[in-house]
Amino acid sequence: MLLIPCPWCGPRDETEFVYGEAAIQRPADPHALSDAEWTEHLYFRDNPKGDHREFWFHRVGCHRWFVLERNTVTHAIAGAWPPGEAPPRRKDKA
Amino acid sequence: MTRQVWRMEAGGHGIDRAAPRSFAFNQFRLEGYAGDTVASALLANGVRLVGRSFKYHRPRGIFGIGSEEPNALLRIGAGARAEPNTRATVQELYQDLTAATQNHWPSLQLDLGSLVNVAGALFPAGFYYKTFIANPKRWLWYEKHIRRMAGLGAPPSEPDPDRYAHANAHCDLLVAGGGPAGLAAALVAGEAGARVILADEKPALGGSLLLAPHQVNGLPGHEWAAAAEARLSAMPNVRVLTRTTVAGVYEHDFFTLVEHCTDHLAEPDPQAPRQRFWCVRARDAVFATGAIERPVAFSNNDKPGVMSLAAVRGYRERYGVLAGRVAVLFANNDSVYATARELAEAGMRIEAVVDPRPFVSEAAAQAKADKLHVLTAHAVVEARGWRSVHGAMVAPIDRNGQPSSAGRLLACDLIAVSGGWNPAVHLHAQSRGSLAFREDLAAFVPQSAGAPYRNAGSCAGVYDLAGCLQQGYAAGAIAARALGFEGAEEPLAPPAAGDPVGHAPPLWAVPARKGARCFVDFQNDVTTRDIGLARRENYVSVEHLKRYTTLGMGTDQGKTSNVAGLALMADKRGEPIPAVGTTTFRPPYTPFAFNAMAGGQGGEIGHAVRRTAAHDWHAANGAVWTDAAGWARPMYYETGGRSAQERIDEEVLAVRHAVGVVDVSTLGKLDIQGPDAAAFLDRVYTNRFSNLKVGRGRYGVMLREDGRVYDDGVTMRLGPNHFHMTTTTNRSDGVFQFLEYLLQVVWPDLRVFVTPVTEQWFAAAIAGPNARALLTDLAPGVDVSNAALPMMGMAEGQVGGVPARIFRLSFSGEISYEINVDADYGLALWNAILTAGAAHDLKVYGTEAMGTLRIEKGHFTHAEADGRVTLDDLGLGMMVSGAKDCIGKRSLSLPDLVAPGRKQLVGLIAAEGERIPIGAQLGRKDDLEAPQKSQGHTTSWAYSPSLGRYIALALLKDGRARHGERLYALSPVMAERAAVEVVAPCFYDPEGGRQHG
Repeated sequence: MLLIPCPWCGPRDETEFVYGEAAIQRPADPHALSDAEWTEHLYFRDNPKGDHREFWFHRVGCHRWFVLERNTVTHAIAGAWPPGEAPPRRKDKA
Repeated sequence: MTRQVWRMEAGGHGIDRAAPRSFAFNQFRLEGYAGDTVASALLANGVRLVGRSFKYHRPRGIFGIGSEEPNALLRIGAGARAEPNTRATVQELYQDLTAATQNHWPSLQLDLGSLVNVAGALFPAGFYYKTFIANPKRWLWYEKHIRRMAGLGAPPSEPDPDRYAHANAHCDLLVAGGGPAGLAAALVAGEAGARVILADEKPALGGSLLLAPHQVNGLPGHEWAAAAEARLSAMPNVRVLTRTTVAGVYEHDFFTLVEHCTDHLAEPDPQAPRQRFWCVRARDAVFATGAIERPVAFSNNDKPGVMSLAAVRGYRERYGVLAGRVAVLFANNDSVYATARELAEAGMRIEAVVDPRPFVSEAAAQAKADKLHVLTAHAVVEARGWRSVHGAMVAPIDRNGQPSSAGRLLACDLIAVSGGWNPAVHLHAQSRGSLAFREDLAAFVPQSAGAPYRNAGSCAGVYDLAGCLQQGYAAGAIAARALGFEGAEEPLAPPAAGDPVGHAPPLWAVPARKGARCFVDFQNDVTTRDIGLARRENYVSVEHLKRYTTLGMGTDQGKTSNVAGLALMADKRGEPIPAVGTTTFRPPYTPFAFNAMAGGQGGEIGHAVRRTAAHDWHAANGAVWTDAAGWARPMYYETGGRSAQERIDEEVLAVRHAVGVVDVSTLGKLDIQGPDAAAFLDRVYTNRFSNLKVGRGRYGVMLREDGRVYDDGVTMRLGPNHFHMTTTTNRSDGVFQFLEYLLQVVWPDLRVFVTPVTEQWFAAAIAGPNARALLTDLAPGVDVSNAALPMMGMAEGQVGGVPARIFRLSFSGEISYEINVDADYGLALWNAILTAGAAHDLKVYGTEAMGTLRIEKGHFTHAEADGRVTLDDLGLGMMVSGAKDCIGKRSLSLPDLVAPGRKQLVGLIAAEGERIPIGAQLGRKDDLEAPQKSQGHTTSWAYSPSLGRYIALALLKDGRARHGERLYALSPVMAERAAVEVVAPCFYDPEGGRQHG
């Protein structure tokens, strides 16, 4: 049972939230992308064994979307930020 | 009635001799005392045989004294409350308890299943898998018989009548285990002011202090423990939970505990929960879970009368029971000498102490000097007896554990065995702590480096009592200080006298005698030979060993067998034990009822039913319910004697020829406002909404980013910057989340507010040729003429005396109005409609009739738009505006979506008298047997009373080019078929004139 730190409501049980999707950026102009590039955006995701940035929605709560950085092995949570406010990823990763 | 022949005259601090209890064991009536477990009471009565083993049906007796018990599994209770596979060593005795043995036929004494034992060579480990391969055709026959033989207890056939509860708690420190180390940690942390939860699976705290005559601070251990329990219970910041197992450790300091509230009571309060499932978020934890004694495997070591040495000691100490008259004690550690003295003093005859170690320890020498019969460098090589031990074959062994002679028979009725201890590292391992193998203990202990929680006491590999106390105090103090309770002080550990364990080189097994079995896992009947077989067949990794032999897979989860099994495999692989390693530890630590996890949230509570304002009316008027996104929706309304299809047909015809009313409150409603609302809708819907006039509505479809249809509904424009969007019932949550995602993440610059108002509005649709007349009666102050309120128009005013919004839209294809009112007035509106409707032949209809009506009109739902389907597939490609972008538009030009040969929406009409089977595939040949290429599949089915035929909607390859073709709707699964004609997907009023009138 994850304890997820909603940036507005504080730490809450994971049952209050819905997982959205990996914290990807929607291309500003999809029509400028080739079929291959658009397909890549639709279907391909990184699957790291380690820290992962993802969108969660506080469904039973403030109805806000936010970015969570969660370790896919240990579930350790490195941080949670409003959309657009997450700091750049650290380059040095084991 | 048997007397308690093996109960001592005095002694046993756990029982109350002033409170006798009688109980039933199979056909016998026996006596015990309050404080007994069923196991201690059975032993007191001299009962040896308590079951038959899982596979070989060998006679089995009580082995241990706690939750690690592998053998003594009984069915307790009767009827709906009966609980199979209950450990007799854990079940507390109450007056008139009923206990029955399991897994035998016709009786415990004479079990025909034991023929399997005789034919044992045919049933080694892995035999089950081999039956699949050897003769697959016969497998269905084998399987029936294997199923009958397999399994232990039988569950009750009635639903569980007991109540269960959930509890949630936070604390600073969770202490798992109330033995000396746990008590010490809880005392220190509690005194420092931390909020502590201390949980122990037994009814009283004390752990190992209850099972041996150790001394703490000059007091008998159990008295010291009782005083500590009293002190802890008096602290307001400490919660002591007895009969409570810490079942699992999860991420973010989340722990599950299972409290057994009433299983020890003769007459539980019917309001009390039987078990309570605790969800605890602790800031820190100390594991003081103790260690479990491990046996030594030797030939026929599973006989009733072969028991754990520490258990025999504990039965005397806590229950005043001698587990036998004449004992051979077999142990590789010094605890056997103190135990021998205690048992001898209590009146048991110690025939011999058999010590397999190649040296004479100090304790052994002292025992010899005290005239105890000690055989060092010897081992018990075989237990003799049929349904019970009557002797032990004892032989000298060399340094490699090999017997050097045939040995001699020592008469005895009890063989008490100890091969040392395995620390109970389950919780530590569940928390992702790692294990280290200590050669000196021949045991896996928790590694503190990187461990999320502290371990203290024998679970950390500390086996002396003083050390356990000291570790417990230290762990409690360090944890409390780290939690911010700076005053936490580690007291000097009080003087404590346990007894030494001495140096105990491991002895996992004694070589099996010819034709005899050495059991490693009692519960699943796994022998040393099975481990050898696994090695020969190359199932050598510890996880394969487990699954191939089923070692450790019983309800005891291998508590007395896992380590021996992997040690024996290591030996066969010629590798050190850590190279084999352990299997993954998974919660729960011991079994508990599923209902405890459900926690009384079963039935209606678990599935929180959402009710519309008219729910009670539906219920009182024969509604037959279905569930849609948690809402209770009437499928149709039953009246005396008519079949479901007759009722649905009546409702359909009422809408087509008079007027019907249906509760459509469950459909999603979203209030969308803001200067950019119209532009936002243009980006989300495939068609344009920014040019929609105020006071009008438009049908819109939303796509997913991959171009498939996501949801649809009519959206009304209430003002220049104000829209009322509707969605399907099932997608109301999803659409809201999706819109919020777009507004918060993708286009945060748009100024739009979205508010879900599904539950705030009650909505009823009146549909049929008489609908306008009915609405005129209901809303005399509103102009509802076709000119003032055309199709897709809206009006506001009083309807049935309630302020309402009226949307003119139609799902059924008839003239139809959806009346929306504040949900608080929903029932008033509904009643007003019914009252006024009487004059217009109004009938109430449900989702089944609604389904038939919309299928007749070819309106798609998620049955058609199943996530693989595009608007063009549905014949609605023209809804995608060429003049603007929208979510999903980019995907529409991907090769897959423009390729020819896609399945397209068509209608099917069945031949006269034939019924289109549900879930049918479409084929060219009328053949359910021979394989043929599927042309497509049906998606929705109905009987059309207007056409007098069964109809369906279907997705058919290149369907639009195939109208008029004759095909067959085939369901090999249901063995049904129908001849069908492919038509355009609209069976009724294709011009749509009826809804526009």
